Amino acid sequence: MNCRDFLKELNDYLDGELDPKLRAELSEHLTWCHNCFVVCNTTKQTIEIYRENAIYELPEALREKLHTAIITKCKKSDKGSA
Amino acid sequence: MPAIQNTYGDTGVELELVQSARKGDMAAFEKLLKLYDRKIFRIAQNITHHAEDAEDVVQEAFLKAYKNLDRFEGNSKFYTWLVRIAVNEALMKLRKRKSDKTVSLDEDVDTEDGSMPREIADWAPTPEQNYSQTELREILSKTIQGLPVGFRTVFVLRDVEQLSTEETAEALGLSVPAVKSRLLRARLQLRERLNRYFAKKKKKTTQTVGAPNA
Repeated sequence: MNCRDFLKELNDYLDGELDPKLRAELSEHLTWCHNCFVVCNTTKQTIEIYRENAIYELPEALREKLHTAIITKCKKSDKGSA
Repeated sequence: MPAIQNTYGDTGVELELVQSARKGDMAAFEKLLKLYDRKIFRIAQNITHHAEDAEDVVQEAFLKAYKNLDRFEGNSKFYTWLVRIAVNEALMKLRKRKSDKTVSLDEDVDTEDGSMPREIADWAPTPEQNYSQTELREILSKTIQGLPVGFRTVFVLRDVEQLSTEETAEALGLSVPAVKSRLLRARLQLRERLNRYFAKKKKKTTQTVGAPNA
């Protein structure tokens, strides 16, 4: 297992989608390769930061306005006409 | 290092609502609207980077879904189907805004820039705490905007909205390997770009590790 091999599997490693044998090999690589450990760790943080700090939230006032507009348009429309 | 948990929920309720809405139950459709409007808005704004366009996308996507409920075959989840409609609407908005008819999910995906880890710098355990919520949102927004649309869309669907790889592929009309390749490059590019804000100032080194064969 070298760094290039590790990077190829990084997604599945982070997503927990690997068979236990390959996962163990990747974990072993991380015990001695500091660079891959840092890349793995900061990539995981990248995902978590985007997940936990949802940008572009829909403001509640706008949300209600959109609901009214959508439901009104739906009621006026005929299903199957688009 | 533990894997990241996927909290994407089950869809029994969704199916019942779709069936009721199909029979004309507007309250059921409104529940679907309330379930997914925030997600669709986030996806739309991540693609268009324009609040008004994102509002239009939400309206148009739900209206189109409603009009075509009878054509929804139920082979996929309603949400995946809705995302597919919304992504197409958002791409159309982006094309209009850019006056560029060639904008697509395949734009710039062949460039290798920024996918290969160049800067290997560790971050603090919670680096986002060094910024106010407003500053942090600006950083995250600016950073993701720098990615090609095909990368940022895959990242938002997989990592923010937590669709599975297969659902993302279905929603975007891409193959599973294409989704995986784009997701890896999106994650690595975002990580690299966030380094400038989140990296610890000391012990900073610039070394290169092997690049994946994306």
